Amino acid sequence: MTDTPLSLIRNFSIIAHIDHGKSTLADRLIQHTGGLSAREMTEQVLDNMELEKERGITIKAQTVRLDYPAKDGKTYVLNLMDTPGHVDFAYEVSRSLAACEGSLLVVDASQGVEAQTLANVYQALDAKHEIVPILNKIDLPAAEPDKVKQQIEDVIGLDASDAVMISAKTGLNIEGVLEALVTRLPPPTGDGAAPLKALVVDSWYDQYLGVVILIRVKDGHIRKGQKIRFMARGSVHNVDQVGVFRPRLEVMEDLGPGEMGYITASIKTVADVSVGDTITDDRVPAAAALPGFKPSIPVVWCGLFPVDADDFEKLRDSLAKLRLNDASFHYEAETSAALGFGFRCGFLGLLHLEIIQERLSREFDLDLIATAPSVVYRLHLTSGATEELHNPADMPDVMKIQFIEEPWIKATIMVPDEYLGSILTLCSERRGQQADLTYVGNRAMAVYKIPLNEVVFDFYDRLKSVSRGYASFDYQMDGYQESDLVRISILVNADPVDALSFIAHRSQADRRGRSICEKLKDLIPRQLFKIAIQAAIGGRVVARETIGALSKDVTAKCYGGDISRKRKLLEKQKEGKKRMRQFGKVEIPQSAFLAALKMDA
Amino acid sequence: MTDEPIALYIHWPFCLAKCPYCDFNSHVRERIDQTRFATALRSELAWEAARLGSRPLGSIFFGGGTPSLMNPDTVAALIADAKRLFAATDDIEITLEANPTSVEIARLHAFRDAGVNRISMGIQALNATDLTRLGRQHSAAQAIAALELARSLFPRLSFDLIYARPGQTLPAWRAELRDALTLAADHLSLYQLTIEPGTVYEAMHRRGELTLPDDDLAAALYDATAEEADRFGLAPYEVSNYASTGAESRHNLAYWRYRDYAGIGPGAHGRVTLNHTLFATRRHRAPEPWAERVERDGHGTTHEDAVSQRDRAREMLLMGLRLTEGIDPARFATRTGTPLHDAIDPEILAMAKSEAYLTETNTRLAATPEGRKRLDSLLAALVL
Repeated sequence: MTDTPLSLIRNFSIIAHIDHGKSTLADRLIQHTGGLSAREMTEQVLDNMELEKERGITIKAQTVRLDYPAKDGKTYVLNLMDTPGHVDFAYEVSRSLAACEGSLLVVDASQGVEAQTLANVYQALDAKHEIVPILNKIDLPAAEPDKVKQQIEDVIGLDASDAVMISAKTGLNIEGVLEALVTRLPPPTGDGAAPLKALVVDSWYDQYLGVVILIRVKDGHIRKGQKIRFMARGSVHNVDQVGVFRPRLEVMEDLGPGEMGYITASIKTVADVSVGDTITDDRVPAAAALPGFKPSIPVVWCGLFPVDADDFEKLRDSLAKLRLNDASFHYEAETSAALGFGFRCGFLGLLHLEIIQERLSREFDLDLIATAPSVVYRLHLTSGATEELHNPADMPDVMKIQFIEEPWIKATIMVPDEYLGSILTLCSERRGQQADLTYVGNRAMAVYKIPLNEVVFDFYDRLKSVSRGYASFDYQMDGYQESDLVRISILVNADPVDALSFIAHRSQADRRGRSICEKLKDLIPRQLFKIAIQAAIGGRVVARETIGALSKDVTAKCYGGDISRKRKLLEKQKEGKKRMRQFGKVEIPQSAFLAALKMDA
Repeated sequence: MTDEPIALYIHWPFCLAKCPYCDFNSHVRERIDQTRFATALRSELAWEAARLGSRPLGSIFFGGGTPSLMNPDTVAALIADAKRLFAATDDIEITLEANPTSVEIARLHAFRDAGVNRISMGIQALNATDLTRLGRQHSAAQAIAALELARSLFPRLSFDLIYARPGQTLPAWRAELRDALTLAADHLSLYQLTIEPGTVYEAMHRRGELTLPDDDLAAALYDATAEEADRFGLAPYEVSNYASTGAESRHNLAYWRYRDYAGIGPGAHGRVTLNHTLFATRRHRAPEPWAERVERDGHGTTHEDAVSQRDRAREMLLMGLRLTEGIDPARFATRTGTPLHDAIDPEILAMAKSEAYLTETNTRLAATPEGRKRLDSLLAALVL
């Protein structure tokens, strides 16, 4: 038995806005407690995916076990659960929080509380966490610790008078953080003699170990060779390995109540493990499972098509590989008249979509065309049936639709008050309804209800530009509402291009149709024949642009010595055309698809 | 197709200087061994004629390089050889390319005496600034004098001009072209300046030192060119070539009509039918190695490949649609082995006809002036 007494365990997570120093603090904690030598430290140890490091964000939950000899003379086991900070991964955040008893709330002493921090802190409070405020970057000249403490009290309602003042970058007062963990967070509770109950927090695929499952033991023990049962799934496996992260893997005899670690059990794919499930002993099962989680559901969908049609199989394999490690992401085969064979993919949010796209291009070297992201609409048909729709191309005839509902979000935006006016204008342009507006010092916090469909059309970019990057934004899903929605078709030479059609509110439809036609006119190069571009709602054309024929394209000199060269050139041109997206006889360059989809409303 | 007259191209690869826009197979040498290259050209001609047999010969074209730098004796010998080895037609056209420098002009009489009956003069521009920029070795006055002399000596005269030069305006080109047209040549080659890979101009273009007309201005210049030529009775019979009736270059027509032609000399290409198979031939590009091969093997061929049925169709289309007369479907089928309609995309054909880029009758498929102006794009879409 390697059990640690419950009183000597502290399980915690760190809540922070991007760039407020969460990963740096985690690194310092690891370094301070000797988890890694200075030589082994690489920047941001826990964010081990290339993309995570680059963007300074955490995508998957990570955990590390630290041994800390405290001032009271006892050595504590500190389990740090690093959580994703972004709203798209709110689901993963809630899982991580459920595995801990307390949180460190890291706030940049010069920047103050941001919208994202707020959302996560509320989740932590919901999880009944004890929260220790940490003011980071107090060494910066722009730091205003007193003002930020006040803000924490005003906005979140937390007592910040005992906030720990640190600089994660310079290592200032890391000891203070460790002491606060030991003295201010509660130890976990649990019963080592009771039947095994362990929460599945996360799982991922490792090429050497297979599926690795991150767990938090509530009651009982888990050890190698034990026959375990996943209570929700009912599946039974033998435990191959039990261990912890320091942050390197360290095999343990067993894990007892209050402890966090991993197990492996010869499981092939993450799809075979449900996060939120409860693990118990197959022979001595627990009576009831731990409260689980709602499964994650994709809220944003888009089509992904290979630029080179020959890459379809490669795309399929790459998606399958990504899915090995990210069960929250969905895909199904899709055929587009304009783009050929591809996949319709569902994501937790826009950042998730962007990350998957980037990983496909970076890790799998794929050139992709992505269609406009779509939310999931609910169609109530005259037949009485209800259907979900996330591909505008699949929209049935309007005569068959009784009404359509669209998803809404509750968005929280924090912004310096000089930009508030433009933010409010933006929100109302996007059909937003104000739910709340409060001030904290010179920062305003606006809460809006906005259709998600308005947010997937470059809302972030607009938000950034109208606030010069000072606005922070977070949202949660807020149910469905009936809406007057129409499909806008884009026609090239009178043929609809399925991949360019989109759904919009009737009040926005004409303007969006015009805007996309104008954009396409600039993006599609002049070709042999003139091209008519139209936007239409049903049979009604709402916008039209014409691209004239190219004016001159002919080799000036072509004599006996030029034939072979000219013929090879012709072959190359034809080869190039094959790679172009042909629609009818019109070549639509990839850039046109990409840019047309990023539209300014 | 062996009953059709063959065309003979003879390449002289040397120039006094390399022009910055030119990507032809031309070389500058301090000293040229005239005797050696003359002998090699004659050997290769004899070798080629031996395997082709005594076919009718419709034209000889001395190109380059600068063939007016050849010894007139060499030209005379090659013409005599060709006439002896092939069955020269009565109206055989014998063209020699010349530049209007003094040294070359001095030889014009001798070239006429050698049997040349058509001169193609590389003038390129008629104003001093552009002549310098184009790297030409002559002045506008020299050019005019040379043309006048050539016209008095030869029954047929053509010259080249380049337009769409950096900074050239539409009125400036019209004015310059009118001046050129008064010089009373029966044939003009009027080329839009093209930036060719590997040339000085390409490097300058990359560095942003050349401002070229955009496509719309290039199109306007092209239209103006045809308009001005028409006022002087010269009609466009090919994308860049204008002639009074009957003065079309018979030799170049052979290329565009996709007839057999033999190419002699460094880098020369040929399309010759041997044993009912059409071959694409190519000689070694570098002058000295070519000569060595000829001396050793009797010829400097580096490539000789049968042209596939599909390539024959493609080549005949890309050449034939350059001509105002277009393509005769019957001859197309005989020459390529493919019916014309099997070689082109019917949908594009229909669209091109309705857009008036192409016209079609039972005996002709031809590009209109609007179609010729966009021929590269049209071919890429049309040709299967």
